[in-house]
Amino acid sequence: MNAIAPIARSRRLGKVHVATVTLSHGGGGKAMKDLIDDVFVSAFDNAALAPLEDQARFDLAALAAHGDRLAFTTDSFVVDPLFFPGGDIGTLAVCGTVNDLAVGGAKPLYLSCAVIIEEGVSLDLLRRVSASMARTAREAGVTIVTGDTKVVPKGACDKLFITTAGVGVIGKGVELGVHLARSGDVVLVNGLLGDHGAAILCARGDMALDTPIESDCAPLNGLIHAILAAAPGVRFMRDATRGGIATVLNEIADASGVAIDIDEAATPLREEVKGFCEILGLDPLYLANEGKIVVICPPAEAAAALATMQAHPLGARAAMIGRVTEQGEAGRVTLQTVFGGRRIVDMLVGEQLPRIC
Amino acid sequence: MKYLDEFRDGAKARVLTKEIETLVASMEIPARRPLQIMEVCGGHTHSIFRYGLEGMLPAAIELVHGPGCPVCVLPMGRIDDCVSIAERPEVILTTFGDAMRVPGSRMSLLQARAAGADVRMVYSPMDALALARANPDREVVFFGLGFETTMPSTALTILQAESEGVGNFSVFCNHITIVPTIKAILDSPDLQLDGFLGPGHVSMVIGAAPYEFIARHYRKPMVVAGFEPLDILQSIWMVVRQIKEGRAEVENQYARIVPYDGNEPALKAVARVYELREFFEWRGLGSIDHSGVKLRDGYAAFDAERKFSVPNIKIADPKACQCGEVLKGVIKPWQCKVFGTACTPETPLGALMVSSEGACAAYIQYGGARPRVAAA
Repeated sequence: MNAIAPIARSRRLGKVHVATVTLSHGGGGKAMKDLIDDVFVSAFDNAALAPLEDQARFDLAALAAHGDRLAFTTDSFVVDPLFFPGGDIGTLAVCGTVNDLAVGGAKPLYLSCAVIIEEGVSLDLLRRVSASMARTAREAGVTIVTGDTKVVPKGACDKLFITTAGVGVIGKGVELGVHLARSGDVVLVNGLLGDHGAAILCARGDMALDTPIESDCAPLNGLIHAILAAAPGVRFMRDATRGGIATVLNEIADASGVAIDIDEAATPLREEVKGFCEILGLDPLYLANEGKIVVICPPAEAAAALATMQAHPLGARAAMIGRVTEQGEAGRVTLQTVFGGRRIVDMLVGEQLPRIC
Repeated sequence: MKYLDEFRDGAKARVLTKEIETLVASMEIPARRPLQIMEVCGGHTHSIFRYGLEGMLPAAIELVHGPGCPVCVLPMGRIDDCVSIAERPEVILTTFGDAMRVPGSRMSLLQARAAGADVRMVYSPMDALALARANPDREVVFFGLGFETTMPSTALTILQAESEGVGNFSVFCNHITIVPTIKAILDSPDLQLDGFLGPGHVSMVIGAAPYEFIARHYRKPMVVAGFEPLDILQSIWMVVRQIKEGRAEVENQYARIVPYDGNEPALKAVARVYELREFFEWRGLGSIDHSGVKLRDGYAAFDAERKFSVPNIKIADPKACQCGEVLKGVIKPWQCKVFGTACTPETPLGALMVSSEGACAAYIQYGGARPRVAAA
């Protein structure tokens, strides 16, 4: 990347020759340096990381070439299980932070990666995770430039926790805000909803349900860039992660002081996810996504935004699912049911729990 | 989805609602005394709100959301007892998901887990038995709750544990029975109900026959109903038609699932394992005679209440709580003094705010029909 000062000089990377991580790998000595080299530096492979300075350094002028504001975000990842159909904690850790930058209109550039490892975790597991972080970062066009590694005693964390932070630059004139939705705007999503939440619940295995559902985990910066180019008037975007689209829509309705009305029949859902929710008594509108965004778009640009989304590989099943309306109570999200009735879609109080009967 | 979409067909719904409107228009129903139909079962309450059915019905029909959410009606004392079992270091307490949040006087199971108790969510009592097999050095307790719907699966699990000789498995039994509860509602002096939607899943086990007394002695129509929105609309139509024709009968709309005489193997397992308690305490309704079951003496080894000598705490419902009146249809949820103020889904005071199947929680979560008084 152009903003990284070329201060790297080649040095021999350390290697770990044991199968599992022990507390000695967190002690600050050679064992720790070998672990960092073997697992992270070799996978992430870039000039800013290799010298192992305490910080990554950027050239301000090069950053400014992308726009006029910095965007900065952070997120922690504690998913259980670490590996699931469609991804793993590594892909999530990169996608989550990339997407949090991108939905604000920023071009994501640099990520940090801090890991907390429970002693006893295998080196192979760590190498698999760092390889998928590296692969996802390449896909998203970002560089992992700094990091931290801690090893904690057994039981002090669950196998592996990752925190990533990200820096991006927002282009001139891009002004997105959760408070900007206006009556008449349309609500778009870029595809099938609830896949990630359903895939994770299935992968935990305690439901004994065998489904082909895979996580939708993906970096969305490319798609978002295309949407903003086609529909520069877009008011707001947010990735519908924990709490699903129901939560995002409530946040928008609340912050903008508007009502939002959703059409259940237009909401794209996979048959398997519908079936999964039926069996467990869950509502797919509240299931987590890791590759889905809600887009609030003025009506004049709706067709262009939707066509752009549908032309992108990560938006093939994009749909217009509802509208911001004047009718209805401000701050409320309502749903026209497939059956012809209407109900409120509120924020969840806690976690969605399966119903007894 | 096959076998579901057919029962959620909006076009058929419009035909049915039109039929209901025509039927109601042909009857003389005073505006200030609409027909009150109670759905006994929490599953129905959930469907009614999820599909927005209340808003599709004419104003002359009012749905009263009954006591049939087994999670909601658990009294605080029973939760306290369950928490005290869960807090024992040797115990793995297993429970259905939605019982985790029910507040006790000290804490919920969710809070007990946060405080260090080993509480695990299961989807079937058989999962709990599997945990007992896998952890022979621990005591695995299943928090058995629910009406006749879930009673047989708990009974069959106990029979399975007995035949395998699993000694570290037991059930904290809070199963309750529907018929004495409906009778208690019918006997209450402030009752206004005109008819009932009968619980579909319970009836799949006990059949439709046990409800005949409702028609015969109390002269109220009862239609056993399925859970899809078309099932519910059709059942409402059937109840209203009975009222119009002056009939009071038990009809079975859910005949594709519910046999008139019930499920014999399930009933046998239930009869073998449980006996009626003299009375059982309900959140919101107080003590109801013969409304709960406990394990027979022959299965004492699987009875957590005897194994761990629970404190058997009795905690009165909060005074401000008007759940009983809401349950009987005397007032609507939003007319309760504490609805949405002292009693919210985050901090539920009363039974009906506890689970998403509870009427008050459903009104808050899904909105439901607007109060008619306020709209006028």
